Amino acid sequence: MPKKSYRQAINEAIRGEMRRDPSVIVLGEDVAGGQGGTAGVGKVGNIFGVLAGLYDEFGPERVIDTPITESAIIGAAGGAAMTGLRPIAEIMFADFVGVCFDQIYNQAAKFRYMFGGKAKTPLVIRTTIGAGFRAGAQHSQTLHPLFTMVPGLKVVMPTNAYDAKGLMIEAIRDDDPVIYMESKLLYDVEDEVPDEAYRVPFGEANVVRQGKHVTVVGMGLMLARAQAVAQELAKAGIDCEVIDPRTTSPFDEETLLESVEKTGRLVIVDESPPRCGLAADIASIVAEKAFKALKAPIRKVTCPHTPVPFAPALEDEYMPNPRRIEAAIREVLA
Amino acid sequence: MADAGAQTLQMSRDELRRAYRRMKTIRLFEERVEKEFAAGNIPGFAHVYIGQEASGVGICHDLTDEDYIGSTHRGHGHCIAKGCDVKGMMLEIMGKQGGLCNGKGGSMHIADLSKGMLGANAIVGGSPPIAVGAALTAKTKKNGRVSVAFSGDGASNQGTSFEAMNMAVVLNVPAIFVFENNGYGEHTAASYAVGAKSIAERAASFGLAAESVDGSDFFAVVEAMRAALERGRTACKPSVIETRCVRHMGHFIGDPQPYRSAEELAAARAIDCIENFRKRVRDVRLLDAAELDGIDSEVSAEIEEAVQAALAAPQPDISALEKDVYVRY
Ligand SMILES: Cc1ncc(C[n+]2csc(CCOP(=O)(O)OP(=O)(O)O)c2C)c(N)n1
Ligand SMILES: [Mg+2]
Repeated sequence: MPKKSYRQAINEAIRGEMRRDPSVIVLGEDVAGGQGGTAGVGKVGNIFGVLAGLYDEFGPERVIDTPITESAIIGAAGGAAMTGLRPIAEIMFADFVGVCFDQIYNQAAKFRYMFGGKAKTPLVIRTTIGAGFRAGAQHSQTLHPLFTMVPGLKVVMPTNAYDAKGLMIEAIRDDDPVIYMESKLLYDVEDEVPDEAYRVPFGEANVVRQGKHVTVVGMGLMLARAQAVAQELAKAGIDCEVIDPRTTSPFDEETLLESVEKTGRLVIVDESPPRCGLAADIASIVAEKAFKALKAPIRKVTCPHTPVPFAPALEDEYMPNPRRIEAAIREVLA
Repeated sequence: MADAGAQTLQMSRDELRRAYRRMKTIRLFEERVEKEFAAGNIPGFAHVYIGQEASGVGICHDLTDEDYIGSTHRGHGHCIAKGCDVKGMMLEIMGKQGGLCNGKGGSMHIADLSKGMLGANAIVGGSPPIAVGAALTAKTKKNGRVSVAFSGDGASNQGTSFEAMNMAVVLNVPAIFVFENNGYGEHTAASYAVGAKSIAERAASFGLAAESVDGSDFFAVVEAMRAALERGRTACKPSVIETRCVRHMGHFIGDPQPYRSAEELAAARAIDCIENFRKRVRDVRLLDAAELDGIDSEVSAEIEEAVQAALAAPQPDISALEKDVYVRY
């Protein structure tokens, strides 16, 4: 099977869906690049190159560069979605969602329920997440908890190129608003990705490693970190089961609970502050529904309750790192 | 508009020297930032102000440390124009202990409240509302201060910019919105993204005095700013100044700029506000080449020292990670 990067996989999914369905459009800042410039349009394809070539194939009516105006981007995308298009709107960094959050959580996410089930809002919001990029407090956040708590919104966090493609296709074909969060540090990571279209369903976790001693949950970039630690610990005879929820809303409780029933221990690795985060949410699910299976207190490995610092030494300590993940696993097994 | 040449003459030689020094400090600082970035000494990404020096320095020329400015992701020039210490800035940009934000902010978040510098801002359109707030403080305290929000042409399209201008008019506060139009917001031209004929014209419709000036002409910028300061300090009235600038470099360091033709780029680089300034002051025989070159070497030495200090400094101690989230918690 061909090897493709996470970036390419997303590109391929969008390209394929745009070919299949003329109502799919892309809009955002510099999604083509070069509008009004002096050397032609479309050579940028979003600042991370994820949308490379789309402008050349689909032109300005379907690959739409906007002014810097997040509220209007998301608001317009929601309005277009409710009236018959399937927009893929881009918010360059998840941090910028602060500018347009109303259009997400008060508007698009609520249309269906508020309007008595009459509206359909097939909107995909693509955005990027994650620290470790040395980009400081306003370009580094991982805001999935903020989105996961919004009823009406689906939240996707692909951890590898294969899933990235299948989850993007699923997101585009889904009739609800979906926020699709791309981990900046995964863009170049390759995986086997089929050329043809396929769907990875929402709400189905992926057990990426089977094990019997402890269940370790990792989202986004944190999955790879959890996996690496699990591999190391295997050498010491510690057998971790590693779970990638893939989507935090809907969330696959069944796979998680089954795993905890088996291992009796749970460590959650989550790149976001500890309060009201996904780690807290997942811990509460297990505490409520699998309490009797637990042989040790649940451990959360999260960021501290601080903004993302700039200095690399601080940022590396801010993010859940292998040392802290290993310590938590050893602690629940002690 | 009065003859800008006359403005040249009304400035003392000291004033001119200070203005030149600031512009040159920005230029050499930014060139060094590019170099240190390429050498791997600056983490993350950075946006340089090369080519736009006359705008920031002209706007800040008659401001004091008591006046406020809010800045952008392209903020190094604004910091220097407002008098921030270049060593503290270089330390910050390299993420080092002792930087102006103790290494926690980085290039896009440099702030120095003691200089009235309320922060670079990595959110496009972040500064205008904050500047309205600082202007409200000035109005409430009746201290005659003004508050400047620097924004780009791209930021001029954000809702926050519109809201801030309208609110400044409604509240009648001494905010000065400076839109530095360098022709591009990232990789998209202002000619595409600004729906109105001009940023200044659109701003005027909010009901404040708005003017568009050649941002490569230090004296023209100062002149426009003096009018805005007069309105702000005496009548608490807001103003808008669009400074038409050129961006000599890419959006960020390393931007290959596939969206700009070689001719356009060459034409932009041919407009050099620092060369303009040198020529103007030489023409009227206020400062001579030797004096200007002398300033250049002083500035070079200052920057070299800042870089060496920053390279040698340690990163903040890990114990800083959880400090300063709150005043008290
Ligand atoms: C809210 C928000 N949207 C998008 C960005 C990404 N971004 C950073 S700088 C920039 C372009 C800004 O253009 P302009 O205001 O003209 O300033 P310039 O870079 O030209 O100085 C963009 C889109 C951001 N930082 N914040
Ligand atoms: Mg600009």
